Amino acid sequence: MSNDGNQSSGLNGRAGKFGRRLSPARLTPRDLFRVGLFGLRSRPGRVVLSALGIAIGIATMVAVIGISSSSKEQLLRQLDKLGTNMLTVEAGQTLFGDDAELPKTAVPMTQRIAPVITASATGQTSATVRRNSLVPEEETLGLGVSAATPDLLTTLNGSVRTGVWLNSATSRYPAVVLGSVAAQRLGITHSGELVWIGNRWFTVVGILNSLPLAPEIDRSALVGWSAAATYLGFDEHPTMVYERSTDASVEDVRDVLPRTVNPQNPEEVKVSRPSDALAAKAAAAGTFTNLLLGLGAVALLVGGVGVANTMVISVLERRREIGLRRSLGATRGQVRAQFLVESLLLSTLGGIVGAILGFCATVVFATYRSLPPVVPAWAFGGAIGATLVIGTIAGIYPAVRAARLSPTVALTTA
Amino acid sequence: MNTGPINTGPINTGPKNLGPMNIVELAGVTKVYSGNVQALRGVDLVVEAGEMIAIVGPSGSGKSTLLHLIGTLDRPSAGTVRIAGYAVAKMSDRELSALRARHIGFVFQSYHLSEGVSALDNVADGLLYAGVGLGRRRELARAALERVGLGHRIGHRPNQLSGGERQRVAVARAAAGEPDLLLADEPTGNLDSAAGAEVLSVLLDLHTSGTTIAIITHDQEIAQWAPRQVRMRDGQITQDGGTGTGRGLTDAWKGATI
Repeated sequence: MSNDGNQSSGLNGRAGKFGRRLSPARLTPRDLFRVGLFGLRSRPGRVVLSALGIAIGIATMVAVIGISSSSKEQLLRQLDKLGTNMLTVEAGQTLFGDDAELPKTAVPMTQRIAPVITASATGQTSATVRRNSLVPEEETLGLGVSAATPDLLTTLNGSVRTGVWLNSATSRYPAVVLGSVAAQRLGITHSGELVWIGNRWFTVVGILNSLPLAPEIDRSALVGWSAAATYLGFDEHPTMVYERSTDASVEDVRDVLPRTVNPQNPEEVKVSRPSDALAAKAAAAGTFTNLLLGLGAVALLVGGVGVANTMVISVLERRREIGLRRSLGATRGQVRAQFLVESLLLSTLGGIVGAILGFCATVVFATYRSLPPVVPAWAFGGAIGATLVIGTIAGIYPAVRAARLSPTVALTTA
Repeated sequence: MNTGPINTGPINTGPKNLGPMNIVELAGVTKVYSGNVQALRGVDLVVEAGEMIAIVGPSGSGKSTLLHLIGTLDRPSAGTVRIAGYAVAKMSDRELSALRARHIGFVFQSYHLSEGVSALDNVADGLLYAGVGLGRRRELARAALERVGLGHRIGHRPNQLSGGERQRVAVARAAAGEPDLLLADEPTGNLDSAAGAEVLSVLLDLHTSGTTIAIITHDQEIAQWAPRQVRMRDGQITQDGGTGTGRGLTDAWKGATI
């Protein structure tokens, strides 16, 4: 087509004055962002309220994830400190269902396994520990009296809170070391006090710190091996053997332990790894929070509905603006994009505020409970992803409604 | 083939010296709304480049419908509509949007300015959909505001402006892209006579510099200011000054001290 054609009457079938076809200009991302922001800036109060819904949902989720990660982190750090190389051997049951007992040689036999660094044992006695002889024998407070080998504390990697551990001298005399729980239940705070064990007074020489890997020791009164035999009628059969080996050989040691400890009846021996329980607890710290996460998700959903609602009202109120934009040349797609961007910005705003709030809540809670504050990066990533998804879904319906409005509304609504 | 793709810029860079050409061509146009309401019953209207016309009629005469059709905001039930040479009937919604963005400027009775946005950005946003970059938009907006005598009000927001000033901002927005056709729907409807005169003088300026202008009004007095008047009643044109008579000035213009 030539310009001559254009010059003549407009009714000769040409498509236009200057060109063949018209195609709308694309909005640059920056312009799209500006028009999206435009709608938010004109109604700040409503923006704050509807972003708040999203913020609460995201804050809940981030805080729940953060707090559970913090407790998990603490357990993992504790596990790291305690070590995972300890195994315990316990007398199980015989084939006939009776209680089995470990041979007296269990500890020296265990020590002979090459990678074993240290091994020791406790042996349960039938005696009870009481504050004094006037307390009825039935009131055991859930505490037991056990004989302990001298290097038990070394094997357990434990420490004495006050006083001293049993030595070769005190092991032969009526001296006792209390586990942390035992001391607390008996009301003993200092060494030198007396407790009634069996039928006589024992002197408390030390109180242990808590042993997370051996909670049964926490609830025990420990006396020397020979003292137990002398004063408490102890049969010198160990009840529980503790050993530590090199980290790499834990599984190998575990395999040979039953046959080594009790060659005649290896099936009567129960081997376990106390750190497994702690590791399981650490793993569980993450899963206990599913319910709370669900609550956060509901809050987020409600927030999303709030955003959608705000956007629908916004579209109804801004018919004139939409009509104006259409008359200025906005395509349906551009109107749709404007409202989608607006919805996205609204929810992202809520998401960012929520993530910050959730992080702060985690730090405050963790500091209060003296946990290491940890919020995994994926929690933030997930929060932003969730808000983008919510913003899009919440924005689709209002955006489509806005785009469907007739361009004449700007002229008809005065 | 025509050189110069249309979508390189919004502004009418095309030749202006091609002589008279038809900006608006309506032939046998009818419009029937749902409920069998006949808003237009066979309208023929041709507006040439550079004309200034007033479409006058009482409410219900169909002038608003005519405005929608000329502004490509709506399509006719029958007949052909050509705006700036484009046959509207065969165009998609996207193409019509582009046509409005590049060839038509609107002025509304109630201004339709964005509150909380400066006069400059209100005018600049008028070019948003024409594909002009932000910097250039503001440049053109500044020039347009100066043209309507509001160079000193660039940073003011609509609520800091008088009604007449607001409508002049709206005229600047419509004119900033130098459209082929400027459609003004009751531009003085919300204004007192002094402010109305302000706005009309701005439209006069644009007309004398070559812009094609169509004013839709029910006000006979306003209509007298246009060199060509098209009167409507019951969906039909009852009187038309004639194609091409809308160039030049009326005596009213000449006598006015603006």
